[in-house]
Amino acid sequence: MKIIKESVVGTLESSDLLVKVTPSDTASRDIVVRSEVFKQFGKQITRVVTETLDKLAVSDGLIVIEDKGALDCVIRARVQAAVLRATGAREPDWGKLS
Amino acid sequence: MKLRRSMLFVPGDNAAMLSTSFIYRPDSVMFDLEDAVAPREKDSARLMVYQALQHPAYADIETVVRINGVETEWWQQDLEVAVRGGVDIVRLPKTENAQEIHELEAHVARIEQACGRPVGETKLMAAIESASGVVNAVAISTASPRMVAIAMAGFDYLVDMHTHRSAGWEPELFFARAAVLNAARAARIDAFDVVYGNVNDDEGFLREVNIAKQLGFNGKSLIHPKQIEMLHRAYAPTEEEVSHAKRVLAAAEEARRNGLGVVSLDGKMVDPPVIHEAEMALQLADLS
Repeated sequence: MKIIKESVVGTLESSDLLVKVTPSDTASRDIVVRSEVFKQFGKQITRVVTETLDKLAVSDGLIVIEDKGALDCVIRARVQAAVLRATGAREPDWGKLS
Repeated sequence: MKLRRSMLFVPGDNAAMLSTSFIYRPDSVMFDLEDAVAPREKDSARLMVYQALQHPAYADIETVVRINGVETEWWQQDLEVAVRGGVDIVRLPKTENAQEIHELEAHVARIEQACGRPVGETKLMAAIESASGVVNAVAISTASPRMVAIAMAGFDYLVDMHTHRSAGWEPELFFARAAVLNAARAARIDAFDVVYGNVNDDEGFLREVNIAKQLGFNGKSLIHPKQIEMLHRAYAPTEEEVSHAKRVLAAAEEARRNGLGVVSLDGKMVDPPVIHEAEMALQLADLS
C-alpha cells in the first residue's frame, strides 16, 4: 500500500498509543518507537508494528509510535487505522487485517 | 440457560477499557461503535473492536457490538467488522420496525458467507428507543430466528415522548418497559432494561435494578464496571429462595412418585408454573 498523505491515529492516554504515518522522501520504511516501557517491551512493540506493516504491504513511509503501554491488539489496530488513512483506502482488505 | 444479567458498554475507541473490561466478568460485553465514538474516529474504533473480538481474553465472554443505526452511513462497515471479527451478537440501535431487522439479517448472512462463518451463527438484538419502536416491539422481537434479545433504551425514548427521567419508580418508563418486556417474552427472547447513568448513585441504581428484576427483565445494560457486582448480587436468589425451590422440587417429585397431579407445600399448591419458577431459581443460583 502506498502512503500518500500524513495521518495520525490514537491517543497518549494510558494503554493506548499515538501513531503518526508520513510519506517517505527516500522510498524507505522507517519505524521509530518511543515507549515508557521500551526497555521491557521495545522489541515486542517493534515486532508487532513491523508485522502489521508487512501484512498491509507498506514498503515505504515514516511510522512514529508513541506508546503508553498498549496491548498488541491495540497496537495492531492503531497502526492499521493510521496506514489506511494515510493510503486513502475506503475499504480495508480483510485478509490483511487479522 | 445463558445468563444475561449484565451487558457492559465499552466505547470502541477506548484502548484502556478494551484492554481491561473482561476482568470485571460481565455476562456480556458490548463494544460500542455508535454514540460513544466520534464520527471522525469511527474507522479507528472499528479496527480496535475487530482486534478486541479476536483477543483470547474475550473468548469466554459473550461479545456484542453495537453498530450505528441503519439510517447512517456507517452501519454496513460496522457490520463487516463485527461479523468478520467473530462477534456473538450484533446490537442494532434505534430499531423502529421489523423491516430493519430483515435488512440487517440479509447483510449479516452475506458477510458470514463471505468470511466463512456458518450462516446463522451471528445472533441479533434490537434496542428500542422510540414510541414507534415500542409499538412494533413484538414484530421486531419475532422478525428473525437470529433474535436473542431486545433492550429498552431510555434516553431517546423519553425525548420522543416529550418527557424526562424522574426519581423513584419512574412512571414515564413504565409502559415502554412493560411493552418491550412483554414482546420479549412473547418471542421467547431475553430483555434488557435501560442503563442507569449516574454511576455515583448506588442507591438509585439498586432501586432501578429491583424494578427491572421485579418486572421480569433478564438484566440491564450497564455503563460502568462497578455496577456489575451490585447487579449480580441483586439478581442472585437468596438462601431462603434456594431452600424453598429445593423443597418445591422435592414435593413435586414425591407427588410424581405417588401418582398425584398436584401437591401442596406450606398450604400452597405446587403446580407446573411453581415448579418451573423453582427450577429457574436453582439454575440461577448455580450460575451466579
